[in-house]
This record gives sequence, structure tokens and C-alpha cells, in this order.
Amino acid sequence: MADEQVKLTLVEKLGRVDRRIIFLLMGVAVLIPLLIHYTTTIPASLIVQDLFDKVESLPPGSKVLISFDYGPATEPENQPMATSITRHCFEKGLRIYMISLWATGPRQATELIDGIITPEFPGKVYGIDWIDLGFKAGGQGLINTLLSDFTAMYTTDVNGRAIAEFPMMAGIKSLRAFDLIYCVGSGQPGNKEWIQFAGDPGRIPVGGGTTAVMAPQLYPYYPKQTVGLLGGLQGAAEYEAALMVKYPKYKTMSRVASEKMGPQVSAHLVIAAFIILGNVTYLVERRRQKKRQ
Amino acid sequence: MKRTIPLLITFAVGLILIIAMFIPHDPFFDMDRNFSIFYDVIAVFAFILGGGNLLRVHLNKVYLKRRDWKYSIVTVTGFFLMLLAGLLKIGVTEGWSGNFQGTGSLFKYLYDCTFQPLSSTMFSLLAFFVASASYRAFRAKTIEASILLVAAFVILVRPTPLGYYLTFWLPDPLKFLTISNLSTWILAVPNMVGQRAIMIGIALGIVSTSLRLILGIERGYLGGE
Repeated sequence: MADEQVKLTLVEKLGRVDRRIIFLLMGVAVLIPLLIHYTTTIPASLIVQDLFDKVESLPPGSKVLISFDYGPATEPENQPMATSITRHCFEKGLRIYMISLWATGPRQATELIDGIITPEFPGKVYGIDWIDLGFKAGGQGLINTLLSDFTAMYTTDVNGRAIAEFPMMAGIKSLRAFDLIYCVGSGQPGNKEWIQFAGDPGRIPVGGGTTAVMAPQLYPYYPKQTVGLLGGLQGAAEYEAALMVKYPKYKTMSRVASEKMGPQVSAHLVIAAFIILGNVTYLVERRRQKKRQ
Repeated sequence: MKRTIPLLITFAVGLILIIAMFIPHDPFFDMDRNFSIFYDVIAVFAFILGGGNLLRVHLNKVYLKRRDWKYSIVTVTGFFLMLLAGLLKIGVTEGWSGNFQGTGSLFKYLYDCTFQPLSSTMFSLLAFFVASASYRAFRAKTIEASILLVAAFVILVRPTPLGYYLTFWLPDPLKFLTISNLSTWILAVPNMVGQRAIMIGIALGIVSTSLRLILGIERGYLGGE
């Protein structure tokens, strides 16, 4: 009888773990993979592979618009998406046009320029191979304007130089001039707005990446209205994996998403373990309550 | 008159935009383009409105010494510090012609050293709360809760080694039951069905609200009674 009393208390205790212990275990779960540099490679799923194949199918010189619609809060998830697509586009000889619907976007573009474009692709010339057009307010209204008249809103680049000075801007009258719109987003305005206000009415291929929280909301647009989607850090890691398969040189280069997947995987395992623990204790308690009744 | 003119403007603009959607030719196409530009210009002023509103709320809170008023001082100070650092281009090596976010600028320093780490930290906290909330909320109390629990578990373990080891041994005829295939199915079928239903509902709501605005039935945006 006394033994049963102890067991009951233990089950109850396991069913009511103090949240500080959960926080501590979560912190440890995230910290250890970071310290031991645990990296994991996840093969590309169909929705990621489709986007990769779309970029792969574009002939050299094609125009890709990358929209930086996120901020530093979601940088760990979003920045690797921007990095992968930039590497892929330049490997294919595509032209990159950077814009932003978020005021925090241009800083993320600058980070990409300083961290990836300048050191990894020194041969790519500003104004010929890539251009940074900066931020404009308006959200979906801006996309609507760009669809009919791109130069009405973008008369200069991010540094205030007239766009007429740049050879790669010749012939850009509207969003229809682009072969692919790639939105890296984490909210509104973002991927959904690009699909609804540019992709659909302009019949322009739209793809991109978004945070894991937002990704399920974008599934209804795949595969007809969006060519593919990177969902969260995992999506970014999958794109990196696809890039490595096609361009093996990236096996030895920095793969931010794959490196960050380590902490994410262990965090998921901790959450899964707590879900199992919570349910086991709940079921045991319920069974005992029934017995008592 | 104060209410009739805005109602007429709303009616005319709404009608023209609808016509432009179905007849994308001049003069409607040109009107649509111009209205979009007007919208973008107005959106810029929303930033000023937002700044003004932020100041009004927080200064009022400080003045009346409401609960947590000290945090409002931090908000207002941060607002002005960033605003002045950007407007006056403090620390920009090229002077007035340089980029306010350029190397060496105070704005860049503040952004990189305060805004960026604070934003990342706030978002990272989600992981801790998700862990705690999942432990407490995902309990198989009913059939519906059990379905949600299983779906969440499958999605959660999919990228982990556990997700692989749980089902890798399944024979070929049952391969569709692997965690990887199940998670793809959950996202692509039940999730998509639910999302589509929500989206269609929202779209119908937007259509009806827009019609109410265009026809002048909904007048809440005009303010007053």
C-alpha cells in the first residue's frame, strides 16, 4: 500500500514537471549540438526539390527577383534561404535583383552581400550581375504597382544611384520581366502577397522560403501558384543538400542551415520526449482514478 | 458633406479597381496604376502616423505613471535614439551623402548591437515556451486531441533520427507509413484542406466587407458615431 502511494506520487510528479526544468533541458539540448558542431544533412523533399529544379532550369542571364521580407528576429531561419538561392543563382549565371517590402529587409540583404556575394563571388559585378534596390513601403500595394510599372517606384538603387545607370535594369518595365520571384519571408507582406498580387495576375513563377510557423499556410498554393517552398530551417537545410548534390564544392563550404539543424533536431527530441512523458503520466493517472472510482 | 464626399470617393475608386481587374486596358489600367502609386505614397505617411501614435501612447503612460511606465521611457528613448542616428547620419564616414546604415554609422551600430540580438532573443524564447506548452497541452484527452497529438508528433520527429528509426524497418508495402511520408501527407492533405477552407472563408469575408465599404453600408472607417 505504501509502495503504491510512492509510485502514485512519482507519476504525479512526472505529470507536473516544473517549467523551469523544461526550460533548462531545452537550453542544454540546444547548447550541446552547438558546442560539438553537430551537423545533419536532410535530403530535399519534393516541394524543395521543385524549387531547386525551377532555378536549375533557368537559362544563364535569367532575372531572379529576391525579396527580403523578414527581419533579424527570424534571421536564423531565413538567412540560410537567401544564402542558398544566391549561391545557386550565381552558379547558374543568373542575375539577382534584391528588394524588400520590410524596413528591416535591406540590412539582411547587406548581410548577404558582405557575407556571401563579396567573398564567394568576387567576379560578380554590381549593376551587371546583381543589384540592391532597397526597401519601399506599401506591401501588397507596392507589388501591385510593380506589376504594372516597376520604374514608377524604383527610380534609384539602395545607394541613390539612378537605375538607368545599370545595364541589368534595361528592359525592366514591370514584374513580368522577371523569370522567377523568390520571396524570403516571415509574415505579412511576404510570400502570400507575392503569390496573390504578382504571381497569379502576372503569371510569373513565384517561389521562396518562410519560417516553419508560416509554412503550413502556404501549402495550398503549391504546386500551381508557387513552384516550391522552403519551410523553416529544415527547408533551408534541404535546399543546401540539393545544392551539394548538384555542386559538390559546397560540401566543404559553410552550410549554415545544416549546421543549425543540430540544435533544432535535439530541441524537437526534447519536446517529443516531454509530449510522451506528459501523455504516459496522464494515462496512468486516469487509469488509477478509474480504478478508485 | 463631410461623410458624403469620402463615401463617393470610396465608391468610385472601388468600382474602378474592380473594373480594372476584369478589363485591364486603358483608361482603367492607367487608373489602377495611379491608384496603386497613391496607395504606396499614403503607406509612407503611415510610418509617421505610427511613430506619432507610439509617442502618444507611451508618453501618456509615463505622464500618468501607469503600470510599467518605466519601460515606456526605454521605448521612447530607443525610438528617438534610432531616429536621430538615422536622420543625422551620425558616424557615417561619407557624411551627408553616405548611407545611414553604412559602415561606422551609429544607426548600424545600434541596429547590430541592440535591435538584432534583442529581436533574435525574443523569437528564440518561443522554443522554450513551445516545449512547456506542448508538454501541458498535447494530452490525449479526447479523440480529436489524440489526432492532433499524433499529427504534431509526426511533424515534430520527422527531421530527427528518432523519426527515421521509428519506421525505417517497415516493409515495402507499408513504406507509406514511414514518418517522412506521413509528415508529407499531413502537410499536403489534411493541413492543406483546412488551410484552404480558412482561406476561402477569409476571401468571402473580404469580398463582403469590400462590397459593404464600396456601397457605403459599412461606415466605421469614417469615424464618429
